[in-house]
Amino acid sequence: MKAKIFPIFLIITFSIIFYVFYKGLQNSNIYTPEIKSEIKIPSFEAKEFFSKDTINSDQIFIGSEFYLLNIWASWCIPCKEEHKYLMDLSKKENIKIIGQNYKDNFVNAKNFLIKLDNPYDLIFSDNDGTIAIEWGAYGVPESFLIKNNQIIKKIIGPLNEKLFSEIKELTQ
Amino acid sequence: MNILKLLITVIFLINFYSSDLKAKNLGTEITKNLRCLICQGQSVYDSDSEFANSLKILVEKKLDDGLNEKQIYDYLKNKYGDWILYDPGFNKNTYFLWLLPILMFVFGGAIILRKVILKKKKL
Repeated sequence: MKAKIFPIFLIITFSIIFYVFYKGLQNSNIYTPEIKSEIKIPSFEAKEFFSKDTINSDQIFIGSEFYLLNIWASWCIPCKEEHKYLMDLSKKENIKIIGQNYKDNFVNAKNFLIKLDNPYDLIFSDNDGTIAIEWGAYGVPESFLIKNNQIIKKIIGPLNEKLFSEIKELTQ
Repeated sequence: MNILKLLITVIFLINFYSSDLKAKNLGTEITKNLRCLICQGQSVYDSDSEFANSLKILVEKKLDDGLNEKQIYDYLKNKYGDWILYDPGFNKNTYFLWLLPILMFVFGGAIILRKVILKKKKL
């Protein structure tokens, strides 16, 4: 009897290990930070894109309006894809679109806006990418829907039809 | 000849010493303990992605602002979660991670102890 316990124990142990690793195979090994919403927006200082005046974040996000902060760059291909959704959103009255120009060349960024039109109510520059970190972002494009100085939705990657209608619904 | 050898040795030692000094820079120490979220598996220090480069600048800025190492880790943990740290803290998600080696050590120790005792009994 005693001799049989060991092989059974071994089989069970290996089955458990096999099961855990097999399950693990199906998990994605790319980590994306948890999307925490309802958090306060960071406070920072930045330079306005065109005038180069220093502005503070509490001068940008005022009152209880909806704001969409969009981190973009002219070198970012997905930014071109999502541009048409931003243009559509810019036609809405109750939402202001704020652009954060991420690690970009001024001339290239300006040409980008001339070529594809400018959906932004205000743009500020983030030349060394540190403001993006204040937001908890790690790439371009990323968008944040903001109301009452709180992030109510965070979008990693370009906007698409589904996210676009979601934003529309949230801002009704 | 001996003097030459000695001189070369001294120069080598000085080089080692100064390279060691560079590595002791606090900003470097911190970025080595941060995981890059773009090229996962590399530390922020090793990575050359846009995100990692910005993070290096930010860490230096925060150090200039007078934050200490722990405050910077907490700040980044708050933004990106535990994953960004190579040395995650002790919390409900990491109990298993931290306790497993101790459990294995205790379990293994128990087995060895039992064997030793059994052997003694036989003698």
